Amino acid sequence: MTAQGEPVLTVRDLRVTFRTDDGPVSAVDSVSFDVRPGEVLAVVGESGCGKSVTAMSIAGLLPPSATVTGSVRLRDQELVGAPEPTLRRVRGAEVAYVFQEPMTSLNPVFTVGSQITETLRIHQKLSRKQALARAVELLALVGIPSPASRVGAYPHQFSGGMRQRVMIAMALACDPAVLVADEPTTALDVTVQAAVLDLLRDLGTRLGTAIVLITHDLGVVADIADRVLVMYAGRVVETGPTQELFDAPRHHYTLGLLGAVPTAGRRAAGGRLQEIPGLVPVLHEQPDACTFAERCPAADEQCRAGAPALEPRDTDPTTHRAACWHPADALLTKGR
Amino acid sequence: MHFGPVRAVDGVSLRIERGRVLALVGESGSGKSTVGRCVVRLLAPTSGTVRLAGTDVTHLSRRALRPHRREVSIVFQDPASSLDPRLSVGDIVGEPLRLLGLASSRRERETRVGDALEQVGLRRQVAQRYPHEMSGGQRQRVSIARALVSSPRLLVADEPTSALDVSVQASVLNLLADLQRDLGFACLFITHDLSAVEYLADEVAVMYLGTLVEQGSREAVFDSPSHPYTQALLSAAPLANPREQRARRRVLLSGEIPSPTAPPPGCRFHTRCPVAVERCRTEVPLLRTTALGQVACHLVADDGSGPDVRQQQPVPVGEG
Ligand SMILES: Nc1ncnc2c1ncn2[C@@H]1O[C@H](COP(=O)(O)OP(=O)(O)OP(=O)(O)O)[C@@H](O)[C@H]1O
Ligand SMILES: [Mg+2]
Repeated sequence: MTAQGEPVLTVRDLRVTFRTDDGPVSAVDSVSFDVRPGEVLAVVGESGCGKSVTAMSIAGLLPPSATVTGSVRLRDQELVGAPEPTLRRVRGAEVAYVFQEPMTSLNPVFTVGSQITETLRIHQKLSRKQALARAVELLALVGIPSPASRVGAYPHQFSGGMRQRVMIAMALACDPAVLVADEPTTALDVTVQAAVLDLLRDLGTRLGTAIVLITHDLGVVADIADRVLVMYAGRVVETGPTQELFDAPRHHYTLGLLGAVPTAGRRAAGGRLQEIPGLVPVLHEQPDACTFAERCPAADEQCRAGAPALEPRDTDPTTHRAACWHPADALLTKGR
Repeated sequence: MHFGPVRAVDGVSLRIERGRVLALVGESGSGKSTVGRCVVRLLAPTSGTVRLAGTDVTHLSRRALRPHRREVSIVFQDPASSLDPRLSVGDIVGEPLRLLGLASSRRERETRVGDALEQVGLRRQVAQRYPHEMSGGQRQRVSIARALVSSPRLLVADEPTSALDVSVQASVLNLLADLQRDLGFACLFITHDLSAVEYLADEVAVMYLGTLVEQGSREAVFDSPSHPYTQALLSAAPLANPREQRARRRVLLSGEIPSPTAPPPGCRFHTRCPVAVERCRTEVPLLRTTALGQVACHLVADDGSGPDVRQQQPVPVGEG
């Protein structure tokens, strides 16, 4: 654990609803979390559970059809409802994004050097020469070989893994306090993924960057996350330090996710992979019930009659908490 | 019965025994899918042969190939794009029967389609529905039903779970394992997901830049990988267990993956191999049999002993 001090990002009771032709879609409901400098917070969950919407709502990247309520504080600054020019400044300088597919975020007709220097010149008012020197430094920082000559290359001249490093270099240009990485290694091969994960971890340690890492890969979480936020149907169902959460998951959805990962041991023991029957619901409004109840082996009337809160309440938001009426017994699950 | 040798990409030979699961692993551009497509004859290899139960089917005419068509089926990665959205599920699953003339009547076809749907855990009534009305996992079940409706002896599954969520992946892997055990078909399982390989495969073949670098039983490859690339690949795949994962050492490969169209001379892996010697840069290593399996590396001895790059270059995970 490398995190220290006060949270740099504090999200409280975040709700996002989209207006669509089929009526409102509730994508994110009552999401709260903190991230401290140097900390890696992983957000996990299945497709459609609201990971990307949460990420995009941090610095106002959602389309106008989205209604966002709640609070996102970057140190002392409230970002929900902040005017667009403020958000634009925050996005360039304090909150940086890296997305899954680097090619769609890089402009193919400009060299990577000119794309990095442009960001620097806008946000840090550096001279052309200073900006170029800084761009070379950044490419070196993210492990691009011979950065001084590669700074003049175009995006298509880099491999996928190298492009993702260029994206990270660009995101780091203004030394952001928070890096939001949405599935940054999903399109990469495992040997390349390993190098990019090492790079991200290193950023936290060396620069104190707080990282919000969105992924559906529990191996990636096990590798670099300090803490985890498990989302289901727009809500946080469980959160806690990585090791604790893997050792003693309490929410049945977390148990299901962990049980679904194939391992050699499971087959050898004659076991099957755990399946989670049913589908993630698309919700028009958030029900006053546990949204996982329909798929949960432990659900009963209580689960269908009221939404459980993250327990224990009123504790430090970084502790292990689950939103479940019948949490799995930590002792029983220990030996899994 | 056996299938093979398949020569595809560059000098790749594979042999899949009846009722066994051979996983073909490797990273993007390694040529895994090309091998799979040659096996089902969606692509013809430039040279080499594909034998099915002893018959060379590589250069058969369409007509002569027809009796063999039903013996090999394929399931693709992305069920959304491999299923024709205009056809009902029943028509999709029944198509091989129609094209191969395997059902004597419409009635028989419908029965066999219904049976195939039930086999993959769907209700018979699903035949009336259309792909867009189904989830990703259900669509992949439809692809599997279509592949199995002709009772093939070999199923080629090309990244069948890569486009799916973990919980759905689990159900598709369970389904493939059950069907394979119950129906006894052989399976060429093409994937980059090493945990799925460990779960499903009997044998493992590892490709790098269009060549086979190692092949052996699942235990041999996972427990004592011989080729430096296999060692690096296995060490890079993160385990979903924080304590174990953070205690591991992984090999960081330097350099970029060379273009498959202009592979390096000698051993194709030498540009990124931490233990390469002069000979590796000039002389192509042949796939040889060792005590542990088959490996194409100059540095591995006949008893299977050789360098372990995980020891050579210790990079503890967690200290970048
Ligand atoms: N612009 C939009 N308009 C309407 N609904 C949207 C919009 N963007 C997202 N949604 C809905 O919000 C929900 C959450 O989507 P989100 O993209 O956050 O999922 P995710 O967890 O990132 O999934 P994935 O793993 O597939 O990336 C989904 O039901 C999605 O359909
Ligand atoms: Mg997403």
